[in-house]
Amino acid sequence: MRYLPLTDDDRKAMLKVIGAKSADDFYGDVPESARLGGKVAGLPDHQGELAVERHLSKLAAKNRSASSGPFFVGAGAYKHHIPASVDMVIQRSEFLTTYTPYQPEIAQGTLQTLFEFQTQVAALTAMDVANASMYDGSTACAEAAVMACRVTRRKKVILSGGLHPHYAAATKLLCEAQGLEVVQLPVAVDGEMALAGAVDDLTACVIGQSPNIFGTVTDMSAVADSAHEKKALFVSVFTEAVALGLVTPPGEMGADIAVGEGQSIGVPLGFGGPYVGLFACTEKLVRQMPGRLCGETVDADGKRGFVLTLSTREQHIRRDKATSNICTNSGLCALAFTAHMTLLGDKGLKDLALLNHEAACDLADALEAVPGVEILTPRFFNEFAFRTPMNAEAVLAMLDEAGVVGGVRASRLFPAEHMGDVIICAATECTTPEDIAAYAAALKEIV
Amino acid sequence: MTMNTQGRPTAPTSTSVSAIETVSGSRGLLQAEGLIFEIGTSETTGVDLPAPKNRTGRLGGVARKVATGLPGLSEPEMVRHYMRLSQRNYAIDLGFFPLGSCTMKHNPRLNEKMARLPGFGDIHPMQPQATVQGALELIDELATWLKTLTNMPFVAMSPKAGAHGELAGMLAIRQALIARGEGETRKRVLVPMSAHGTNPATAVQCGFEVDEIKADARGRVDMDMLRAKLERTDDVAGIMLTNPNTCGLFETDIKEIADLIHAAGGYFYCDGANFNAIVGRVRPGDLGVDAMHINLHKTFSTPHGGGGPGSGPTVLSEALAPYAPVPFVVKNEDGVYSLVEDMDGEASESFGRMVAFHGQMGMFVRALAYILSHGADGLKQVAEDAVLNANYIAAKLKHVMTPAFEGYCMHEALFSDAFTADGIETLDIAKALIDEGYHPMTMYFPLVVHGAMLIEPTETESKATLDQFCASLESIARRAAQGDETLKGAPYLAPAKRLDETRAARKPILKWTAPTSDTVAAE
Repeated sequence: MRYLPLTDDDRKAMLKVIGAKSADDFYGDVPESARLGGKVAGLPDHQGELAVERHLSKLAAKNRSASSGPFFVGAGAYKHHIPASVDMVIQRSEFLTTYTPYQPEIAQGTLQTLFEFQTQVAALTAMDVANASMYDGSTACAEAAVMACRVTRRKKVILSGGLHPHYAAATKLLCEAQGLEVVQLPVAVDGEMALAGAVDDLTACVIGQSPNIFGTVTDMSAVADSAHEKKALFVSVFTEAVALGLVTPPGEMGADIAVGEGQSIGVPLGFGGPYVGLFACTEKLVRQMPGRLCGETVDADGKRGFVLTLSTREQHIRRDKATSNICTNSGLCALAFTAHMTLLGDKGLKDLALLNHEAACDLADALEAVPGVEILTPRFFNEFAFRTPMNAEAVLAMLDEAGVVGGVRASRLFPAEHMGDVIICAATECTTPEDIAAYAAALKEIV
Repeated sequence: MTMNTQGRPTAPTSTSVSAIETVSGSRGLLQAEGLIFEIGTSETTGVDLPAPKNRTGRLGGVARKVATGLPGLSEPEMVRHYMRLSQRNYAIDLGFFPLGSCTMKHNPRLNEKMARLPGFGDIHPMQPQATVQGALELIDELATWLKTLTNMPFVAMSPKAGAHGELAGMLAIRQALIARGEGETRKRVLVPMSAHGTNPATAVQCGFEVDEIKADARGRVDMDMLRAKLERTDDVAGIMLTNPNTCGLFETDIKEIADLIHAAGGYFYCDGANFNAIVGRVRPGDLGVDAMHINLHKTFSTPHGGGGPGSGPTVLSEALAPYAPVPFVVKNEDGVYSLVEDMDGEASESFGRMVAFHGQMGMFVRALAYILSHGADGLKQVAEDAVLNANYIAAKLKHVMTPAFEGYCMHEALFSDAFTADGIETLDIAKALIDEGYHPMTMYFPLVVHGAMLIEPTETESKATLDQFCASLESIARRAAQGDETLKGAPYLAPAKRLDETRAARKPILKWTAPTSDTVAAE
């Protein structure tokens, strides 16, 4: 078997050194009733590389890739171009096949990239500090909520009506398991500012999103002010990291904690994961943060170096008193993010953000021209919601037949709401004028 | 001196100068490299984008005021930056990485290739399900393998990593207790002191209280203490037990433990971090387990990537399956796969959604490629070779180091620091291994063994590698026993010397800041 170097002769020689007769000897502690006579029944035997490749390629071929035609799906994950050099970097064995940098003398590569990542995320969000990543945006959001409750010693979390429903669900789940109250404001295309009126003296934090699930961008500074007046925290969420090149970032709105999805920068769509959760906060909250932090120090020769630090917050030291149970995070996706961000720089990011916005403006112009279509999102970056004169699911199915993947129906995200005629769609730098024309033409045919 | 006909020396002359200083700061192949903030500028970019038209009409004025100021690098500079940094990392592709409890095995390149097929890597989690039937089928196929290998009826695929899988299992237990009307009363979770830190942390995240159990002299759960802890039953939610445990031992009394916890009205969460020792040989479902996460990045060889991403599918028993998180994949009678995303119908008792989308698809592809490559016969061999390798190391080193416990181990060999002379620490031995060209073992874990050294070789190491490693460690162990003070300075040959962690924590510097005119003047 190609991944197993031991030969039968090796095995015999090793058993002899150990003084055992066979591998069965090592499993003597397994209860009699749980010992299998041979291998696990009902499963095929090993296969060569070619056979495995054939099988998986066949499965892959049954899926429609986002690059294979006009594609407008967003809702928390975005189709962006990833430079070839970014994928090269994350395939370097030294990054790909190493572990969490627990031995800093032989992990300065990983550690320096984490330090650079943290600096980039802090700058992007306009926050003081960022950690070394979370699983994804939704779990980062949940962790932000419970962190806010720890910091304020309060138990009430208020979610905006524009928060991604998966983020809301993950947050509600974690909070309620810890006996924290979650108030969900009514679903609204342009409802982030309602948080300002909802905050009270019992509120630990309010959580708003910009751009939100319907694509609406909002300056939530007034929400932050209201929260701070009541000594509550403002948690600012984003699912499209590229937006921060153009749109008011969390720090400029007075956010105490900023969380979001970093997939848009360097990480492929990959059917939903792995992605990379971004988590940033103000300086004074650092010691309540979840997850790993990389910090600068010196080595015994006085040379600059980096280590994991403030680990007394973490589960492997603090166990039941830890700020979170997270251990493995999203290291390699963070590397993809930081490598892509390093290529972009401020100028590249700004241009990329503008191109996204312009593509979405062109898309909105084209769809708006289709009779019966109404754009619902008042201000947007690269994503917006629109109303069709027909059932959205039927429209999307017919668009699909015309070769256009037209977006996500709002009813899939909000099954309990009456939004059967709403579609949420996104455009990016990958969207061509031809894609937009194809979408508008197909939609015109359908409605 | 040997010369060629041009008068050029062709054989080296020896020199005793070991610490040659260089102007560049580079040391031969090990190139000096600054931070991107020191080498890039915010006007530089390594991507060529079409010029934007600067239209911001639909933004409604919600515009960023202060630029990020982040530097960019051209592509050659960017590639060189990461290549140079990569040279400061140890990795499994470079050498032996016996980090106990982490299962650092070879990561087949086929898996990387498969995950990058556009049909897997370039599909969106929210595109119409009719356009991702192959992806759903792959998830279902992997789920079938995991259920069969564990003899468990259900698997929740969405957890993002091992600790997230623990969260899934414990939330399922919480929901089951709520359904029984005992959610408020059954709050106590028993956790052995040898457990990974994630276990007690997870229990608390789910609103439970942790009650610790000691290990006995055999490194297993202290059964007398367990029985005493279970004298009161009405507050017991369950137990979180790692098996094989973190001492690298199979829990001999596991069935009795399962029976006791079930008789007390609780559930049995098994931490599956060490599944590699028993995969294909023992099915956790035969041991009375109610929930167990499987680290795809350990047993099924998806790469650790310097700290993630992981993937933690969690198998559930009949008792817990109804409470599994959404979404999950079902195969309909017509052969069409669909995602159950809403909490109604067959998911009406689900505890909810843990995460956006459907789990770590990229890891699913890699894990399935690994599983298909091994098959049922190969996976059994995986476990046996992993355990054989660990026992071989234990046998070769037991004369110079102190085995923590008697008898055969499973997939990892555990030693205490009892053999070291005063003043020599486990840390010193670990750092000396770096100079020998190895990644150190896990140190100071599990907590139940003093100065613990936990060595997990995995099955993808040859006998020759193990022999060389044992020779190195044996030599270091002898020096440690003799109190060789030079160990305190190790590593001498790594890209960095020992780092000052105290300084890092006392005044944390967590990001780069531009030097001010004061600091520049001071330099």
